[in-house]
Amino acid sequence: MQELRDKYLKAVADVSDEAALEEIRLAALGKKGEISLKMRELGKMTPEERQTTGKALNVLKDEIDAALRAKKVALADAALDARLKEEWLDVTLPGRPRRQGTIHPVSQVMDEVTAIFADMGFAVAEGPQIEDDWHNFDALNIAPEHPARQEHDTFFMHRDEGDDRPPHVLRTHTSPVQIRAMLEQGAPIRVIAPGRVYRMDMDQTHTPMFHQVEGLAIGKDISMANLKWVLEEFCKSFFEVDGVELRFRASHFPFTEPSAEVDIRCSWEGGSLKIGEGDDWMEILGSGMVHPKVLQSAGIDPSEWQGFAFGIGIDRLAMLKYGIPDLRAFFESDLRWLKHYGFSALDLPTVAGGLSR
Amino acid sequence: MKFTLSWLKDHLETTASVDEIAEALTDLGLEVEEVVNPAEKLSAFTLAKVQSAEQHPDADRLRVCMVETDEGVKQIVCGAPNARAGITVVLAKPGDYVPGIDVTLSVGKIRGVESHGMMASERELELSDEHTGIIELPSGEVGQRFTDWLAENRPEAVDPVIEIAITPNRPDALGVRGVARDLAARGLGKLKPLEIPAVEEAFAAPVSVTIEPALKEKGCPLFAGRVIRGVKNGPSPDWLQKRLKAIGLRPISTLVDITNYFTFDLNRPLHVFDLKKVAGNLAIKPAEGGEEFLALDEKTYPVRAGDMVICDDKGVESLAGIMGGEASGADEDTVDVFLESAYWDPITIAATGRALKINSDARYRFERGVDPAFTLPGLDLATRMVLDLCGGEASELVMDGAVPESARAYRLDPARVVSLVGMDIPEAEQRATLEALGFTLKGDMASPPSWRPDILGEADLVEEVARIASLTKLIGKPLARETTGVPGPILTPMQVRERMARRTIASLGYNECVTYSFIDEAAAKLFGGGADATRLENPISSEMTHMRPDLLPGLLQAASRNQARGFGDLALFEVGPAFAGGEPGEQVVQAAGLLVGQAGPRDPWGSRRPVDLYDAKADAEAVLAAIGAPARAQINRKLAGWWHPGRAGNVALGPNMLATFGEVHPKVLREMGVKGPAVAFSIWLENVPFPKKKGATRPALEISDLQAVERDFAFVVDAGVEALTAVNAALGADKKLIESVNVFDQFTGAKAEEQMGAGKKSIALSVRMQPSDKTLTDAEIEAVSKKIVEKVSKATGGTLRG
Repeated sequence: MQELRDKYLKAVADVSDEAALEEIRLAALGKKGEISLKMRELGKMTPEERQTTGKALNVLKDEIDAALRAKKVALADAALDARLKEEWLDVTLPGRPRRQGTIHPVSQVMDEVTAIFADMGFAVAEGPQIEDDWHNFDALNIAPEHPARQEHDTFFMHRDEGDDRPPHVLRTHTSPVQIRAMLEQGAPIRVIAPGRVYRMDMDQTHTPMFHQVEGLAIGKDISMANLKWVLEEFCKSFFEVDGVELRFRASHFPFTEPSAEVDIRCSWEGGSLKIGEGDDWMEILGSGMVHPKVLQSAGIDPSEWQGFAFGIGIDRLAMLKYGIPDLRAFFESDLRWLKHYGFSALDLPTVAGGLSR
Repeated sequence: MKFTLSWLKDHLETTASVDEIAEALTDLGLEVEEVVNPAEKLSAFTLAKVQSAEQHPDADRLRVCMVETDEGVKQIVCGAPNARAGITVVLAKPGDYVPGIDVTLSVGKIRGVESHGMMASERELELSDEHTGIIELPSGEVGQRFTDWLAENRPEAVDPVIEIAITPNRPDALGVRGVARDLAARGLGKLKPLEIPAVEEAFAAPVSVTIEPALKEKGCPLFAGRVIRGVKNGPSPDWLQKRLKAIGLRPISTLVDITNYFTFDLNRPLHVFDLKKVAGNLAIKPAEGGEEFLALDEKTYPVRAGDMVICDDKGVESLAGIMGGEASGADEDTVDVFLESAYWDPITIAATGRALKINSDARYRFERGVDPAFTLPGLDLATRMVLDLCGGEASELVMDGAVPESARAYRLDPARVVSLVGMDIPEAEQRATLEALGFTLKGDMASPPSWRPDILGEADLVEEVARIASLTKLIGKPLARETTGVPGPILTPMQVRERMARRTIASLGYNECVTYSFIDEAAAKLFGGGADATRLENPISSEMTHMRPDLLPGLLQAASRNQARGFGDLALFEVGPAFAGGEPGEQVVQAAGLLVGQAGPRDPWGSRRPVDLYDAKADAEAVLAAIGAPARAQINRKLAGWWHPGRAGNVALGPNMLATFGEVHPKVLREMGVKGPAVAFSIWLENVPFPKKKGATRPALEISDLQAVERDFAFVVDAGVEALTAVNAALGADKKLIESVNVFDQFTGAKAEEQMGAGKKSIALSVRMQPSDKTLTDAEIEAVSKKIVEKVSKATGGTLRG
């Protein structure tokens, strides 16, 4: 029996192809195989002999069967390995090309700003970019003769002869959306209005079109202190820092009273901007309490309602946050710029997931 | 607005430092733009005394001086001719930075002799251009700081110059006194009283003035003046010249310098006429028009009919409130003058100044509003100064009109102030602030002073109180959301759609651009725009004259620029407004994508192929699907002129255009300077109907366990037959059973015609049939197939390809 075992296990170990392995299987375990034949002989034995021999034969059969199976798997693996070796490809060749799209920083920052203010309960309002002078100026307490009106560097639309209405303008700020939103919704109201605005100015740091976001909150007892908190929260969230320090400076805008320009504490050490630390102050926005005349223009009773408004440059926010040096490049569509400063399509800013990666 | 610290101190009694003042000004709303403090660069230098000066052993022109300093006697080599024993000098020590020569000193050896510092000239310290020798001081002690000596003996040399920006509502701060008043109200000192002297009127004026009645109503409510005769108009005194120079003005003559001084000191612009050059009397009236006027800036201006002017018998002598005339201006020979002080209506001055494009200090102030009540006191003060500096005697007052009424009062509601500002400012402080700013309080009513035309309501009182109290002290207070709990969505469906379109297109591999809303006329016309309604009246350049009718021209121009930089394969897109007209609201939101060049780079897989209309179509469809457009819209060919007429299509729902895709017209590409191929899509986001929302629940999924059957059919049709006709016909063969029909092949061109006949092509459809109740038998499949062949043949006029 030992002899049989050694013979077959050696044969299995030595075999190198599946056909030969099958031959061994048949020779040992096939119907007429050596072990099968021995099994048949069991019937002729005494019950005692049968028990011991039968048990030994079964053990032997199982052992050879296991060796055969293992060898079969090993041979298949070896064959596959050999094939795979043949199937070698140059993995350093490029993958099939797939274009990588990008989102413009202006769009991305608008989405960031929207996410933050949405969290503070502000909706998004919109208005036309060709605007009548009432919404752009008069309703905002900027009288026709007011020097501020001249300082706006307004683009005017053509007027046909005989059309005696004052010319429409390209909105010089997003503030007219305040008026439209209040006229539509009344008070209380909390909205932001991001969008394109236009001024006749073009040099190193100005483009005739840029982007602003307007903020407006009107309620029964909303104060300038609330405004400061909202802006602090916004800046902290937008610039993704633990703390910011804002400084309100008295200023003048016809549509707010009191008015304040807002500076943020920052450092320019080593040429890079850090928000929330350092000894410098940088002006980032204009704001104030909505002027009673503006509320009146928008059909809201100023003796009952009060609130704040602010306006921030979106392009500037993008430049500050992402270190983009030149405003003019925003609108030149240089592919290299779009790819370098652009954002991934799926990189939608959320308060829950963080604004930037 | 510029002034010096010492000038400010004429009006403000204060011990505050220049830094404290600057900080307060900015905080008060008078934003400091620059402080130039000459003392800063001189702070290191001290006085020293030369004990001895010996000839340098190796250099004829050098002397070796022993100098007594606060750190003992030092040896200094000096080349100045006036270096000699006994003089008091200004010492710069090793380590000090000398501004005039841009050098930081160190101990040096000059021709073999050690030198421990230098004795400076005026030029080396940037005090003047004087460089003939070192500074010799007539007084001073060894070790005394040079800046202290200057402050005592030459204060103007260390007088800081402060420049502030003035917001349009604060004309009062266009005079140094107004600035001082704000600082005093803030508590940075005390406003000094301004004494108005009585003028001794020596004679009756030989000229009279009259204001045309209409202008008295609106234009010039008050015009006053005095003749001063026997003046001597030489250079003005040193102190006056230095002040004017410090703020960047050129001293001209005493009379002119006095008027400039009053402009900046008290915000009281004045004008001086040389009486011998004035013919007859003065009249303020509207110009006849057509006159040429030579102004004091030596430029000639065409006067328009109706412009408010001051005339004598000869004609226009002054553009009232804006600029005087060269012909009647004072010069060094002037003996008798007419000194004018008038109150001009801001709106009239602004309109005239703007039309004539003259920017003068007078216009700047009158159009913002000077103090009308100060017209006559200002004249008296100025008369006094002329008499003091130029001599002569003054006439009686000549005037027409009256000080315009500006009295008004608004209620001060201290509780409202606290509520609006969010700062606890006690009522007493509020009242004290207003009084310090010149308001008169009676009970709870506050009357603004005559120099504050900007105060026009209660809100203005709040602002005054708040800004004097200092907004820097404001502490943020949380603003709770109006509702508690999880906030609902705040974007409108359209805003969500815009965002979805943008991010879908970017995910399809396009780079987002933001291009200008205005384009040039030629480009606008190529895209159906360029009409006058969308034209800017005052474009900033000829490239930006018309509101864009479509987003594609901007993208094509961007493509052209990128091609010029060597980038030929582009996928650009923009989502933004396009303008159909010039009225508010004639604006639509468009999403446009442009593919130019090759679909991919050269690579081993042959990915490089020209972009074609099917790329654009696939992308347009992907975006439409993403924003919820119905799956089966029609395709039509009612194309706008900038598309290839045979290689573009519209996606439409009846007359409602959702999108266009296809090749851009080659002529348009040529005009825009883009090297093709170029395909594009435009989607009108607002035209896609919003699905009627019935909650978030989806319809139940119906799937069959029965095996679907696919059958392929090829048809020979005329080359002009559209595949969609065949697809729709096949779908119609059994609407219940046929789940989908796809075109999986087409065979066109010369080879196809060779096989199937001239003008023919083949299209191959794959039809998927999905039974729902029982497995299809061969006979049933055969029956449906037959029907498909019939329907398609009928619809296309084609035949099943054998």
